[in-house]
Amino acid sequence: MHRPYGVEDMIEHVPMEDKRKSAAALDEARLRQQAIGVKLRQMFDEVVNEPVPDEFLDILRKAEPPAGGR
Amino acid sequence: MNEGKPGRSAPDATRDAAFKRELVTLIPHLRAFARTLTGDPTAADDLAQDAMMKAWDARASFQMGTNMKAWTFMILRNQFYSEKRRSWRQSQLDQEAAERTLVAVDDPEAPVALDELRLGLAMLPAEQREALILVGAGGFAYEEAADICGCAVGTVKSRVSRARRALQAILEAGTYDRDGGAAGDAMRAILADAERLSSLR
Repeated sequence: MHRPYGVEDMIEHVPMEDKRKSAAALDEARLRQQAIGVKLRQMFDEVVNEPVPDEFLDILRKAEPPAGGR
Repeated sequence: MNEGKPGRSAPDATRDAAFKRELVTLIPHLRAFARTLTGDPTAADDLAQDAMMKAWDARASFQMGTNMKAWTFMILRNQFYSEKRRSWRQSQLDQEAAERTLVAVDDPEAPVALDELRLGLAMLPAEQREALILVGAGGFAYEEAADICGCAVGTVKSRVSRARRALQAILEAGTYDRDGGAAGDAMRAILADAERLSSLR
């Protein structure tokens, strides 16, 4: 279907003010994403830094056959 | 199980010992990943223990020198989803786990922003959540995360980016599942906390 060449196809006319606003919004979005990233790592590292319950090593120890045999 | 195992040779024992040493260093990471998948500390430790033992049992198939962390994470993830498939009650359990997590973090000392982040994460679709955790917190490259999840790199990239946008929107709208929380507070708290953390470093 043929569509007439309309206004929306022309070079976008974004006033300077709007450009500045969108750049600021982009910076703000980036800042927020960075903050979320920091908190995500903190949440994960919090568990990583917990002492490992003895159970884990006990289970692993039991699974291993005695090296010298019996 | 049959007890007719062949005797272990000395190289096997050396290799096993090296494998075990590395596996032990990964336990804290397995626990953290399991916690993000299940949302429940007890269920998470069960899952991490199962994955650890599966990795140990499969040690002969692991190529020493390759990425053991990614390999064990893949085992843990597969374990999680195969258990999930087996349990028809899982969607309900998920809800219960989320509620228990809510209670678990209902500690006056706990930083507010972290609670909101957990709740926000819980609202994401599972595949977005795991992709974001692996890349954004676990320190995996997109390629490694794709191997762990058994999907294409492009899929991981789009999941991570959708997860980031969704999480930010959830935190800004304050529409996480908790009544009484003021809209926008979560994002403000996270911004303030992140700023404090980075200035400490």
